[in-house]
Amino acid sequence: MVYLELIWSFIQIGLFSIGGGYAAMPLIQHQACEVHNWLSMEEFGDILTISEMTPGPITINSATFVGIQVAGIPGALCATIGCIIPSSIIVTILAFIYYRFKGLNSVQSVLKGLRPAVIAMIATAWISIMRMAFFPEGAKQIDLVSITLFLLAFITLKKWKINPIFVMLASGLINLLIGVI
Amino acid sequence: MNSKLKRYLILFFSTFKISAFTFGGGFVIIPLMRKQFVHKLKWIDDDEMLDLAAIAQSSPGAIAVNASILVGYKAAGVPGAIISILATIIPPFIIISIISGFYIAFRDNKYVSLIMEGMLVAVAAVLADLVISMAWDILKKRRAVEIAMLILSFILLEFFNLNIILLIFIAGFIGFMDYKVAKRRQNGLS
Repeated sequence: MVYLELIWSFIQIGLFSIGGGYAAMPLIQHQACEVHNWLSMEEFGDILTISEMTPGPITINSATFVGIQVAGIPGALCATIGCIIPSSIIVTILAFIYYRFKGLNSVQSVLKGLRPAVIAMIATAWISIMRMAFFPEGAKQIDLVSITLFLLAFITLKKWKINPIFVMLASGLINLLIGVI
Repeated sequence: MNSKLKRYLILFFSTFKISAFTFGGGFVIIPLMRKQFVHKLKWIDDDEMLDLAAIAQSSPGAIAVNASILVGYKAAGVPGAIISILATIIPPFIIISIISGFYIAFRDNKYVSLIMEGMLVAVAAVLADLVISMAWDILKKRRAVEIAMLILSFILLEFFNLNIILLIFIAGFIGFMDYKVAKRRQNGLS
């Protein structure tokens, strides 16, 4: 039963990938290319690229993709459901605990300690995205268009508090226009 | 009943929209959620957003899915959590299902990659805005412990590849000790 295999494989992936998409990749590779012969290494590489290019969580994107390759849309459904089962249960329990006990002084103090660390984590994610945006594969020099777009986007966000989604869309379209011209 | 249904719908469409625009990894969802749920809807506050980010990061599974579950739970309990899970996985499900038929063409298309590059630059700006305003909030408080932890955590993560789960444990412990010391000092004075 390929559907049950998909669900079970992705439950394991969902359960053991702590820290998001890049932690899940080696697990997906192990399940899809080694445990089962669902994909070749080359196909796995393609899936990785597409999952990064398209919106949405990388783990969910690749689960959907692997599922489709293996067993069509029902397969994609099985892989996605498997992938989210562990976090649905665990995170709902954590949410309950958090809202139940966050008023306690000791819990408050632990959370207060976490906040600067979380900001630092987001800062490192930001730096790696800056690297991807300004130095795409092989590029040695910073692209002038990218820098201008970045500054424009940043000022727009800071000054007019525009919804980030619109800024992202506009930036994508402007880059397309400049590229075509 | 009516207002409950309205809340469910707002939650669904907010999460749906956010998921459809999360490029470049899980943390990108934090500025988008902050805009929608902290600034616009005022369902959660800024500190809570950071707590939720910490829980989402240290739980198994996709960060974006975990963050949605937490926000959904806060907004409308367990039904809220289920609604936001669905709203988070539907957009990528649809997009990937469509693209999978011609993904080689999609991957190698010049126009698609131009749009993607442009959007990634904007994602960098969105994160820059978030990091600067949050770091500024910490600096403004002028508490040496918090400022030192912000700087040290960054150095340990960026240059020494410290494990994130380990950092969360250490930071939580330091926060707790900071509180104990402050309490003891207070008791000693009174």
